[in-house]
Amino acid sequence: MAILELENIHGGYGQTEILHDISMRVEPGEIVVIIGPNGAGKSTAMKSVFGLLNLTSGRILLDDVDITNTPPEKVVRQGVCYVPQTGNIFPNLSVHENLEMGAYVRQDDFSGRLDEIYELFPPLVEKRNLPAGTLSGGQRQMVAMGKALMLDPKILLLDEPSAGLSPKYRGEIFKVVRDINEAGTPILMVEQNAKQALGIADRAYILVDGKNRLDDTGKNLLANKEVAEMFLGGGKTEVKKPAVRKARGTPKT
Amino acid sequence: MIDFINFHLIPGLVLGSIYALGAIGVTLTFGILRFANFAHGEIMTLGAYLTLTMMWLTGWHPLILLPVTMVILSLIVIGMDQAFFKPFRNSPAVTVVIASFGLMLMIRSVTQFSWGAQLQAFVPGIQRPNVFFDALRISPKHILIVISAMVLMLVVHWVLAHTRIGKAMRAMSDSPELARLTGINTELVIKATWILGACMAAAAGVFLAYDSHVSTMMGFQILLPTFAAAIVGGIGRPYGAMAGGLLIGVTEELSSYAWLGDGPLLEPGYKAGVSFAIMIGVLIWRPSGLFRGRVF
Ligand SMILES: Nc1ncnc2c1ncn2[C@@H]1O[C@H](COP(=O)(O)OP(=O)(O)OP(=O)(O)O)[C@@H](O)[C@H]1O
Ligand SMILES: [Mg+2]
Repeated sequence: MAILELENIHGGYGQTEILHDISMRVEPGEIVVIIGPNGAGKSTAMKSVFGLLNLTSGRILLDDVDITNTPPEKVVRQGVCYVPQTGNIFPNLSVHENLEMGAYVRQDDFSGRLDEIYELFPPLVEKRNLPAGTLSGGQRQMVAMGKALMLDPKILLLDEPSAGLSPKYRGEIFKVVRDINEAGTPILMVEQNAKQALGIADRAYILVDGKNRLDDTGKNLLANKEVAEMFLGGGKTEVKKPAVRKARGTPKT
Repeated sequence: MIDFINFHLIPGLVLGSIYALGAIGVTLTFGILRFANFAHGEIMTLGAYLTLTMMWLTGWHPLILLPVTMVILSLIVIGMDQAFFKPFRNSPAVTVVIASFGLMLMIRSVTQFSWGAQLQAFVPGIQRPNVFFDALRISPKHILIVISAMVLMLVVHWVLAHTRIGKAMRAMSDSPELARLTGINTELVIKATWILGACMAAAAGVFLAYDSHVSTMMGFQILLPTFAAAIVGGIGRPYGAMAGGLLIGVTEELSSYAWLGDGPLLEPGYKAGVSFAIMIGVLIWRPSGLFRGRVF
C-alpha cells in the first residue's frame, strides 16, 4: 500500500493546465525523487498534494484515503509536511519560533522533538534566537526542514532542498535527507542535482512538460542513456560535477 | 523650561500614546490582512461613545469601563469583518480599502444618528492639574493615560512574543501562504488580529475622549497621524507603530514650543502638517520605516 499516490492528475493554476496526466506514488520507507527541466511542473505536482491548485481530474490518496483538493491546513493535520522551493521560512520569526510554528498543530508537549531537531541540525543551536531571515542559505534550509519535521510527518515533501547551496551544505542536506529517511520517514523530493539525487533515490520520476516521461529505480535511471544526456551530461550538471564529488567526501557531521 | 515640560512634552507623550495605540491596530491589519483600514478611526470613535453610554448608565470611571468597552468593540469589529471584509479575502487590496472607506462612512452615520453630532465630554468642566515642586503641573488624567498606554503596549508585546496565537499572527504577517502550509488556521489568526486591534482602538478612543471630548469626528481627525505613525514605524511592525506614534505625538506638540525667540516655532494650527513632514523625512532616510516594514 502506497503512503502517497497521485493518480492521473490533470490541473494547473486557474484555467491553464500545467499537469497533463501525472501519476506517481511513494511506498513506505522510500526516497522518491522527481527530476525534470525547469518549468516541467515538478513544483506544481507537489503543490497539487496540498490542494494548492485547481485539479480538473485525477485523485490524490494518502494512506488510501482520498485527499484531493483538501486545503493545506488540513493536509498538514493528516501528517504530510512540505518544504516549498521558496518562501519556506518565516524570516522575522526567530529560528526557535520557526520550529515552534512547525509544531503548531500539535497539542502535546513537543520539547523532546525540538531537542531532536537541534541534534539533527547542530548549527541552529547557537542561532536559535536570531531572526531566521538573517541566516545563510544553507542554515535557512535547515530551519525549513527542521520546521517541517516538527510534526514527525507520515511523509515529507521537499522541493529542491539543495538549490543554491554551497557544495558543503549541499552534501549536508543530502546526508540529512538520508538520515531522516533511515529513521523511517518516506520522502518525496524534487531535485536539480540529478546525479546526487538519483544516487540516494529508491525510485525516481522524470517529468517533462507536465507529463510523466520515465520512472524507474534511481540506479537504473543513472545508467539510462536518455537520462544521462538530459540531466547528467551537459549544461549545469557538468559544472556541478567536481562539487558533487567534493560533497560526497564531506566528513560526517 | 518648566513650561516646555508642562505644555509641550507631557501633552506630547499623551497624544503620542494615543497615536501609538491606534497605529498598532492599523499596522496589524496591514501586516496580516494586507490592507489600509480607513474605518479604524471610526472604530476608535465608537469605543469612546460606547464608554460614554456606559458612564451614563453606571456612573463609573471611563478607565474602569475600558475593559468592557474592549470586549463589546471586539465583538462589533469581528461582526464587521465577517460582513464587510471576509467576502473580499481573495480580492485585490484596492477593493478592500474601498470597502473599508464605505464602512467608515457607515459607522460615522450610525454614531451621528445614535449619539448626535454635538460635542460631549466624559467629565464636564475643567480639571485642575496636580502641582509638583511648585511648578511641574501634571493632571492626574495625563498620568493615567500615559501609564495605561504603556501597560497596554507591554501586553501587546507579550501577546506577540510569547503566546501561540501571537506568534501565529507574526508568522502570517511574514507569509500567509507558508502559514497555511504550516497548518495555521488563518481565519482564527484574523479574528485575533481584529480583537487586538479593536482593544487598542478602544483604548485610543477612550483616552482621546478623556483628554479632550467625544465627537463623531474625533477618530477621523487622528486617523491621518495614526497612519503616519504606522508608516514611520514600518508597515506591519507593531513595535514600529508604538515608536512612530510616540515620535509623531511628541514632535507635533514640541513644534509649537518657542524654540527660537518668544513666539511658537510653528503656529499650533500647523500641527497636523508635522506628522507628514516626519513621515516624508523618515521615508527619504529609510524607505521601509524605523523598524524595516514592508516596502511596496
Ligand atoms: N503560481 C503560478 N501561477 C501560474 N503559473 C504558474 C505558477 N507557478 C508556476 N507556474 C507555471 O507552471 C509551470 C510549471 O512550473 P513549476 O514551478 O511547477 O516548474 P518546476 O518544474 O518546479 O520548475 P523549476 O525547476 O524552475 O522549479 C511553469 O510554466 C510556470 O510558469
Ligand atoms: Mg520548482
